Amino acid sequence: MAPHISALPVVVPFLAGPLVVAVGQFAPRWFNDSVGMLAAVAATALCALLAVHAAQHPFAYWLGGWTPRYGTTIGISLSIDTLGAGLATFSALLVTAALTYSLRYFDAVEGLYHGLMLLFMAGMVGFCLTGDLFNLLVFFEVMSAAAYALTAYKIEERGPIQGAINFGITNSIGAYGMFIGLALLYARTGALNMAEIGAALGSHHADWLVIVAMVLLFGGFLTKAAAVPLHFWLADAHAVAPIPVCVLFSGVMVELGVYAVARLYWQVFAGTLSAHEIAVRAVFVGLGVMTALLGAVMCFLQRHVKRLLAFSTISHVGMFICGVAFLTGKGIAGVGTYLVGHGLTKAALFMCAGVLLHRFATIDEYDLHGRGRELPLVGLLMGVGALMLAALPPFTTFMGKSLLEEAAAGAGYNWVIVVFIFVSAMTGGAVLRVTGRVFLGWGPTEGPHPGQAEAAREDTHEETGSPTHTPPLMVLVPAVLLVGVLLLGLIPGAVPGIERFAAQFVEHKAYAGWVLHGLRVSVPVLPPSHISADDYGYSLISTVGALAVASLGLFGRPVRARLPDALGHPAEAAAGVLHGVHSGHIGDYITWWTAGVGVIGGVCLVALR
Amino acid sequence: MAFFPFFVAAWLFVVGLWGVVSSRNLVRTVISLVVVQASSYVLLLGIGYRGGAKAPIVADIPTTSRLVDPVVQVLVLTDIVIEATVAALLLALVVQAHKRFGSVNPDDLRPLRD
Amino acid sequence: MSRPVRLGMFAVAGAGMIVVLLLGFTGLPSFGHAHELYGALVNRTEDKLRHATDIVTALNFDIRAFDTLGEEFILFASVTGVSLLLRQLRGEKEEDQEQEGIEEHAFAGASDGLKLVSLILIPVLVAEGAYLVFHGQLTPGGGFQGGVVLAAGPIAILLAGRYLAMKAVAPKVLLESSDAIGAACYALIGLAGLIFVGTYMKNMMPLGSPGHLLSAGMMPLNSTAVGLEVAGAFLLTWTEFLDQTMIGEPSG
Repeated sequence: MAPHISALPVVVPFLAGPLVVAVGQFAPRWFNDSVGMLAAVAATALCALLAVHAAQHPFAYWLGGWTPRYGTTIGISLSIDTLGAGLATFSALLVTAALTYSLRYFDAVEGLYHGLMLLFMAGMVGFCLTGDLFNLLVFFEVMSAAAYALTAYKIEERGPIQGAINFGITNSIGAYGMFIGLALLYARTGALNMAEIGAALGSHHADWLVIVAMVLLFGGFLTKAAAVPLHFWLADAHAVAPIPVCVLFSGVMVELGVYAVARLYWQVFAGTLSAHEIAVRAVFVGLGVMTALLGAVMCFLQRHVKRLLAFSTISHVGMFICGVAFLTGKGIAGVGTYLVGHGLTKAALFMCAGVLLHRFATIDEYDLHGRGRELPLVGLLMGVGALMLAALPPFTTFMGKSLLEEAAAGAGYNWVIVVFIFVSAMTGGAVLRVTGRVFLGWGPTEGPHPGQAEAAREDTHEETGSPTHTPPLMVLVPAVLLVGVLLLGLIPGAVPGIERFAAQFVEHKAYAGWVLHGLRVSVPVLPPSHISADDYGYSLISTVGALAVASLGLFGRPVRARLPDALGHPAEAAAGVLHGVHSGHIGDYITWWTAGVGVIGGVCLVALR
Repeated sequence: MAFFPFFVAAWLFVVGLWGVVSSRNLVRTVISLVVVQASSYVLLLGIGYRGGAKAPIVADIPTTSRLVDPVVQVLVLTDIVIEATVAALLLALVVQAHKRFGSVNPDDLRPLRD
Repeated sequence: MSRPVRLGMFAVAGAGMIVVLLLGFTGLPSFGHAHELYGALVNRTEDKLRHATDIVTALNFDIRAFDTLGEEFILFASVTGVSLLLRQLRGEKEEDQEQEGIEEHAFAGASDGLKLVSLILIPVLVAEGAYLVFHGQLTPGGGFQGGVVLAAGPIAILLAGRYLAMKAVAPKVLLESSDAIGAACYALIGLAGLIFVGTYMKNMMPLGSPGHLLSAGMMPLNSTAVGLEVAGAFLLTWTEFLDQTMIGEPSG
């Protein structure tokens, strides 16, 4: 029996948003804040209730009472299982955290900021809960429209305008490709409900139409997820969006693209592609590894702290794509756990960066050299966050990473574990390097590429209040989030629970049963997996690696000076090429997009025949 | 001839992308984006067409007569609204770009060079 | 990348993309012989179920009303975004206020003939827009189409060369309220379905008889809410853009 509140997590912000936009220009700031917070907290609670209900058995809620009839679906369903509802809860939770962080610090324009944040939340929540393919794309666009507007918030500066244009055009093209993919599936099956499409396709072998539909749909979601080479927009958008917005982008919006790929694979394509599992795995693990490696290397090469964090998100998304690409329940469980840990950590790191931006009006690593000494608590938070990125036990990130490593081994991809370790070490190390330079004053004060520093200095403030006093709330919220990363993985039954729900997620034949016919499907019982000594070993290596990377970044000048030219010059040239490719020009980005989707399409057409 | 609408859809998609890539004026870039979206309209409506059928308005014809697919029309309607609104948002950004950069040529937007 | 490199790379990539698309399209049923399932089922049964004669509107505002809810809010988010992006910045506002009053950038040479025709057009457009909105469930039309035509009404005043008059007829506060109220009402109508009949967006109003204005339950209500929202949203967008060029510059 589907609970009556099923549609409410979407409806509540849809009601609060117009209220705040219409009334906000006349109402005092506290009114907008209160309505925003109330709606966000309500949505979080409602989604959590749905997740708990779905834990007994997943259910479908047919909007308008249009239940399936005459053998097909007519209406739109919310197909709610615990992983989807859990992700919706996480989205709403991060929005609550971002709004809390903005309470004391953010210069909100009338009611427009709060309204857009609420609409963004509604889009994300609807995206996670829906069971209809077209509805999924509609909520994708709700999320995106709000995101484009929020990115360009600081219109008085030049960067946000360009960043938002690049973001808007790239993601829109991804979405339009998805509409074509949807059209193809509709033409073949005559249905829009994902479970029904999956059932209709499942009995047949995948032909070119299905493969191209899959490539286009995945292409759009992977654009949102910033997989290489569809990733160029992300660093641009993060560099210029206000801090609370970056919190949401890196914390959950990008990850929703990975979720959609997983959801679509298991609900729609798993049946028809079951004969090609090995090829699908190979293609998408390759994509994930490329993304992870490029993100990690670019992360290390940045001195703009927000761009650095953005590239670290890209590299972690690469790991998530690998996790999904292993095509097992354990991979999904690893992604789910790691996603939560990473989201909270990245949110906290962006909030710490926000404190620095607020205080010193710059977010360039070298400009901030040593100035963080007056903010020791923030430095501590940043350091702990870096260690969480390096997947130190007992943090939730470590739990997720160990599941991913076991999934890799189980799928026969042991070498990917090396990539995971490299990513953790590089991204954790880059953040540790920033912490050391800013808060401890270590390392040289002048860095390479001084041109990048210009973009990192703020001309105008997104914040209110005086720069000499940091509101305690700005430090409290990230601290709470990091405590969450510490504790969530340790809750007894939490990680085994995620494993069981993930096992349910990948039972693709069961979807038609519980979505279309209302069958009660119970959650599979799994023996809990234990963290092996290997996992502790990998984590130790990546943490030591992070420390080594940070030390190299801080104190490595003499080492680099002594490198033989045969090594040093190609490395410099390669770094130059990488920087040059990320040119900021929209034409370049779309060329890469076309090439990327074209190549993935070509490879899939050949490999999955 | 039966394949022609679908060929048009594929062509529009790529020609729109070409417009985005080669454009020297951001307004033209946004219009090219609209062309990309138009390809999905053509495809969807082409998919929904039934030869010799009438429009799905049953005010004056019996319900059992042969009608075209109404679902794709609803999808296209939604898509048009999405495209119009995203275009409005992007054009507002272009207006601001002109104010801040003094130009609407993508080559002149420089601050985000890595 | 330099321009020649970029265009060359795209030429190759675009060719590949078109090949991929066309290969996928080969699996499509040939034009005119669509796979009949969802659409055919709705065509056949909708009339009895909901008494609406325009099946597309029945899908839009009842069967797939949740999609329309999302679509409405895409519109709302975008228009809010446009207001945010084109907002008056503190520095710019001071510059404008320095000028003596606001100068109007009248259309050069708006002839009397144009003004007369525009004047006639205004009630025609408003009536046509309202007609389309209210008759959505009967004939082609509905909230979106009617809302855009409604929005064109005040634009006719602009064509007559009187931008400030248009702003007097359609001030921003009214447009923003119309936009917000329309959006919220659509969500609320669905909520009424939840409260009174147990499912969100369930059509709970009396269905009337097909062909009459008050039929098909809550469809006319949904249509009106959307019409309000779309009219407010489009006019607001146009006003924001026109403000950028029409206000604060010397005329001529």
